[in-house]
Amino acid sequence: MKKLGLLTVVVCGVLLLLKTAEFADWGDPNSPASRHLSPYFLENSIKDSAVPNVVTAVLADYRGFDTMFETTVILAAGLACFFILRVRKTEKPKSTYYRHVPTATTLRIIEGAVLPEQSKVFKRIDSVWVPFDLILATTCKAIIPFIQIFALYVIAHGHHSPGGGFQGGVVLGASIILMAISRNLGAAIAHLKEKTTVLMAMIGVFIYAGTGAFAALAGKNFLDYSTLATVLGVDEIMARSHGILIVETGVAIAVMAVMVWIYYNLSSAGKQDEGL
Amino acid sequence: MNWQIDLITLLLVIICGIGAISVKDLLGASILLGAYSFLMCVLWAVMGAVDVAFTEATVGAGVSTVICVAAVFQTTRRAKN
Repeated sequence: MKKLGLLTVVVCGVLLLLKTAEFADWGDPNSPASRHLSPYFLENSIKDSAVPNVVTAVLADYRGFDTMFETTVILAAGLACFFILRVRKTEKPKSTYYRHVPTATTLRIIEGAVLPEQSKVFKRIDSVWVPFDLILATTCKAIIPFIQIFALYVIAHGHHSPGGGFQGGVVLGASIILMAISRNLGAAIAHLKEKTTVLMAMIGVFIYAGTGAFAALAGKNFLDYSTLATVLGVDEIMARSHGILIVETGVAIAVMAVMVWIYYNLSSAGKQDEGL
Repeated sequence: MNWQIDLITLLLVIICGIGAISVKDLLGASILLGAYSFLMCVLWAVMGAVDVAFTEATVGAGVSTVICVAAVFQTTRRAKN
């Protein structure tokens, strides 16, 4: 069976490699793709939507449907992880572990025993994987705000430079995941609860689809951002530029929330008490 | 002038890809997959597709590696076959 599989892979690979010889050269101006569509986008994207970055104009404006359903697919991925992994009720663990911060000793609290209430010196830690590294934790704490600022820059600057809602959202989600890795899952959940991530994922998709639906209700095509001109008080070209920013924000919110949501469920096997 | 760098990167991509599916250690496999994604990102950037490279760097090399490692921590670290 293994040999048969290898044979299939080799034959298919050789056939595919032979076919690549017929491909158009990289950057060939006479290839079918760059003869019809690309010149149109290159010439008209500034005139149509005042967006210097053609990729952003194509992704969010000319092919708005594509990106909208991409966002929906990401939401579906988050929902799938949730429905497969999430455990509804978790029994309380037999014993919990705490770290006494000033002396760096670990305490095991068995069922029934309680710590002094409202104590600042005891920190809950995971039972299986508990390395404590002050340098690592402090460095990550210092770096996270800069990562988030960079993510916001990527989202807001998508009109002019590479990036946009998707990349910015992933970077924003990665900053929360970094917090979960460098401290523990509970610390991240305390900052961003699971309910909030679900709500934000829904809101993000709603912003995108709602912008499209607004255009449809105003009597133009679905996702035609020029209908926003009257609301925003700008001309139609600038309205398309602003519309791109609005939907990019929606994408960023949705992607960020879903990344964090998937991580919460995956790293703790759906229990969301302690994880990686 | 660029084709030597292209060739080396492409070779490393292939090595990382084959390594990721043949290594028995699942943690190592996910790290190799992250390296594969990062080298692909370099290739995209060389070809001028900066937006795709950015997406590959954030999603492929960043978050999906972390998600793979998180999944490995919930299972055994060694592959059975």
